[in-house]
Amino acid sequence: MKSIIFQTASKYLLPLLLLFSVFILLRGHYLPGGGFVGGLMAAIAFILYSFAFGLKETKSIVKLNPRYLMPVGLAVSILAAVSPWLVNLPVMTGLWYDEPLKLIGMVGSSLFFDIGVYLVVIGSTLTIMFSISETI
Amino acid sequence: MNNSWIVLPILFQLVSAVVLLLTWGNIKIQKIVSILLSAIGLGIGIWLFLLIYNHGIQVTQSGNWPAPFGITFVADTFGSTMVLLASIAGFSVSIFAAGSMSRARLRFGFFPLLHFLIMGLQGAFLTGDIFNLYVWFEVIIISSFVLITIGGKKAQLEGAIKYVALNLLASIFFLIGIAFLYGLTGSLNMADLATKVQEIDNKGLINVTASLFLVAFGIKSAVFPLYFWLPASYHTPPAAVGAIFGGLLTKVGVYAMVRTFTLIFAGDVFLSLILSVMAALTILSGALGAMYHRHLGKIFGYLIICHIGFMMAGVGMMTELAIVGTVFYLVHDIIVKTNLFMVSGLILKINGTQDIKELGGMYKSKPLLSLLMAIPLFSLVGIPPLSGFWAKLFFIKGGLESKEYFLIAFIILGSFLTLWVIAKVWSEVFWKDAVNLPKKSKGIFFHELSSTGKWVLVLPVIFLSIISLYIGFGAEHIVSLSQRIASELMNPASYIETVLSQKTIEP
Repeated sequence: MKSIIFQTASKYLLPLLLLFSVFILLRGHYLPGGGFVGGLMAAIAFILYSFAFGLKETKSIVKLNPRYLMPVGLAVSILAAVSPWLVNLPVMTGLWYDEPLKLIGMVGSSLFFDIGVYLVVIGSTLTIMFSISETI
Repeated sequence: MNNSWIVLPILFQLVSAVVLLLTWGNIKIQKIVSILLSAIGLGIGIWLFLLIYNHGIQVTQSGNWPAPFGITFVADTFGSTMVLLASIAGFSVSIFAAGSMSRARLRFGFFPLLHFLIMGLQGAFLTGDIFNLYVWFEVIIISSFVLITIGGKKAQLEGAIKYVALNLLASIFFLIGIAFLYGLTGSLNMADLATKVQEIDNKGLINVTASLFLVAFGIKSAVFPLYFWLPASYHTPPAAVGAIFGGLLTKVGVYAMVRTFTLIFAGDVFLSLILSVMAALTILSGALGAMYHRHLGKIFGYLIICHIGFMMAGVGMMTELAIVGTVFYLVHDIIVKTNLFMVSGLILKINGTQDIKELGGMYKSKPLLSLLMAIPLFSLVGIPPLSGFWAKLFFIKGGLESKEYFLIAFIILGSFLTLWVIAKVWSEVFWKDAVNLPKKSKGIFFHELSSTGKWVLVLPVIFLSIISLYIGFGAEHIVSLSQRIASELMNPASYIETVLSQKTIEP
């Protein structure tokens, strides 16, 4: 779509949507949000950009192949899930740092699990979208 | 006993899949890594089995939430045996796939998906939560959807559509059944359900719920009248995929059926009659289908159905002796069916065809290989002392004990028809004179492979045949194992107590 309004708007929307997706990611656990929705939001940001500027342009700003985000994200999630083994607790137990950090809030193993989910969702959604738009 | 390491078989397969995803596209490395990781996975399976065998049921509450609320993972003897069998099948299929699958198919991520599939199986065998069981079923079917379509040939896609449609239907039934159970009891933990379902007076509602589970697991395990997707789809994917499907996927349905009908819906008379009738008709229709077809994949597909009928018959009789038979048959069947599909792949590799009318002369051209292939074929029939025989002995003993003469008749009829089918396969494929073989086909023939390539194809068949022989000749071990599993299943008190007594662990 070569509309100037759309192109200009999506240029500004990309960083905004990415920031918002991180906000949604951090907001999760006790409030609505989390890795899955955040990841979808981030993927949508790139997809919107690719509608305005085309696939090639988008791939040049994403740089790395989104396919590799899936194993990396999965690995992060697995590490977060098995970390309680170190202190002899069952898998997936939430381990929390006592004090809330500035801006981020409470940090715990479930945050890293969500970050893993976030990466997997971005990776798989972008892989699907890129391969669909490549074949059209 | 509390042991947070029992989820290791599940997580290890996930880690393997992740490692293989990272090496995406590099087939040579993927082959080696997958075989190595499967070997370690097999080691973990053995470790878990020995742990449970020596120390009894182990439980972990994931997330450290106590029993009826969190998701419980339970490794009892039945579950850990199934984990071990799945690891054995996964290991041999991984080797066989490295030798037999075409590069194009491997490049689409066969190996990561294989490990995701095994992860789903391990999860289904270890979970103690009915909704979590559903989730593992989804993991299994989603990986299997991709595995069955990998390569994207027309026949494959046609088979896959039938497979996908009916399996999704089964999932819906399963989910509705779970919703009913939750509505009735307010719990999803299987041990908790076992106690709560017994207290409900409205038996009609319980029967309806149980029937929903019966339909769901019936579709998954391909019993009469719900089996039509199996012969339509199982012969289409390559042999390595067929092996893991034929060996394990229908058996998860049987596992789930045994688990729910011994634990949650124990002592349901209404269902026991339906199960018996279904079992008899499953045996008959599977055997008749196998007699009619001439494509090896289809014959073995129908034989799966026929033998699912045997296991269902054991569940239908619902006595301890019959459950011993079912468990023994499950152990024997997973190994033999995985092996049979690999054998059919090997025959295709050698001759370029799987039509038994066109095949022939195997015994003359490859005497040693034919002897090897005879082991799974005749184990399947159950010629004593090979493995199939002992399980049927328990079915017949169990049937005589509970006076189910009608089921015994069908089991014997099914055995005879299986013998007839295998004798036909044997005489057509191995004894008859060969004409115009090998047939022209696209892939690489067996005799064109390097000697490593040949061994990679033959080794998993040898491995599984040795296990088959062990099950037959070392039957006393498997019998004592099956008896232990059956007595645990029929007296679930210790299972329930172990699960529900585990409280939150303080760090």
